Amino acid sequence: MTTRIVELRRGILKKNDELAAELRLRYAAAGALVLNLVSSPGTGKTAFLERTLRELLARGSRAAALVGDLETDNDARRLAASGAPVRQINTHGICHLDADMIGKHLDNWEAVDLAQLDYLFIENVGNLVCPASYDLGEKIRVALLSVTEGEDKPLKYPTLFNSADAAVITKMDIAAPCGFDREAAVRNINEIRPGIRIFETSSKTGAGMDEWLTYLAEARLRHA
Amino acid sequence: MSIVETVTESLAAYPGATVKEVRLRVGALAAVEEESLQFCFGMATEGSPVAGARLVVNRLPVILHCAPCGKDVELAGVQSFRCPECGVQASDLRQGRELEIEAIEIDEAEPNGGEPSGAGAAMQTGSAQEAGK
Repeated sequence: MTTRIVELRRGILKKNDELAAELRLRYAAAGALVLNLVSSPGTGKTAFLERTLRELLARGSRAAALVGDLETDNDARRLAASGAPVRQINTHGICHLDADMIGKHLDNWEAVDLAQLDYLFIENVGNLVCPASYDLGEKIRVALLSVTEGEDKPLKYPTLFNSADAAVITKMDIAAPCGFDREAAVRNINEIRPGIRIFETSSKTGAGMDEWLTYLAEARLRHA
Repeated sequence: MSIVETVTESLAAYPGATVKEVRLRVGALAAVEEESLQFCFGMATEGSPVAGARLVVNRLPVILHCAPCGKDVELAGVQSFRCPECGVQASDLRQGRELEIEAIEIDEAEPNGGEPSGAGAAMQTGSAQEAGK
């Protein structure tokens, strides 16, 4: 019997990474800016996205959304109220979306032709751990954090915040009653992801939305 | 699961071999908790050719490129992305997200009937027959 070391050097998520690379080419060819929204459950991703879709449509942009949840199509129905095409992805127990799920749901989505879109939003499953490791081919990963969650969340989940391209603080309308320390939150985000754009928003009052929509428009011109 | 799959695939070149060790490289930002991984590895490998193998996890620290210092610097943790030497914030990540199988250590079966008994030998015969069809 001989003992041998076999070098493999193979990424454990290689399959997902390959599929994500294909998706990235597909989005680019279609000219759609694709964003992946990630946060804990309850941060307000759906409310924020609904408002974003509504305002984009009102400005004449073409936007659609894929929304991931373990079960139910409640979020898809909420988002559809914006008027944008929305498709629910039920993961049935899986705590994140992966590139294969995105590809399959884009393939047979009759209501949406990627080439006709300006923006595609992917609302990930509420989870700050696993979605960080699964590339969906997106151009911009957005990490959301609400004022009710604690300013140290970026320090607790550095992997996700470090992989984000933009950060959104939600529910700013209740920041004061929650005793939210805005400076600490901004400092913590910056400590984990230096120089990242941070948007302070309220989906209820619309605060911060103009700045966010301007950022989207600029990003689209730059990338798509 | 993908670990078992990858290792099993790579064993095709070494018929009858048994896996003694699987070595991973895991970056500090890879969101992997070693204890859970060890636990899951035991369950995931059960009944597979990888069953009974040791899982060795090599942790890799975050390495950033610090522009003012003009070099790569290693971080002690993942709570602050600053150069430990000059204190300037840096986001040019050079290491830390790795999640890969580095290598496996196997015991190869002797080429000429060294250990004819066991499932490994049976599999060898089976595949030889199939190849001959």
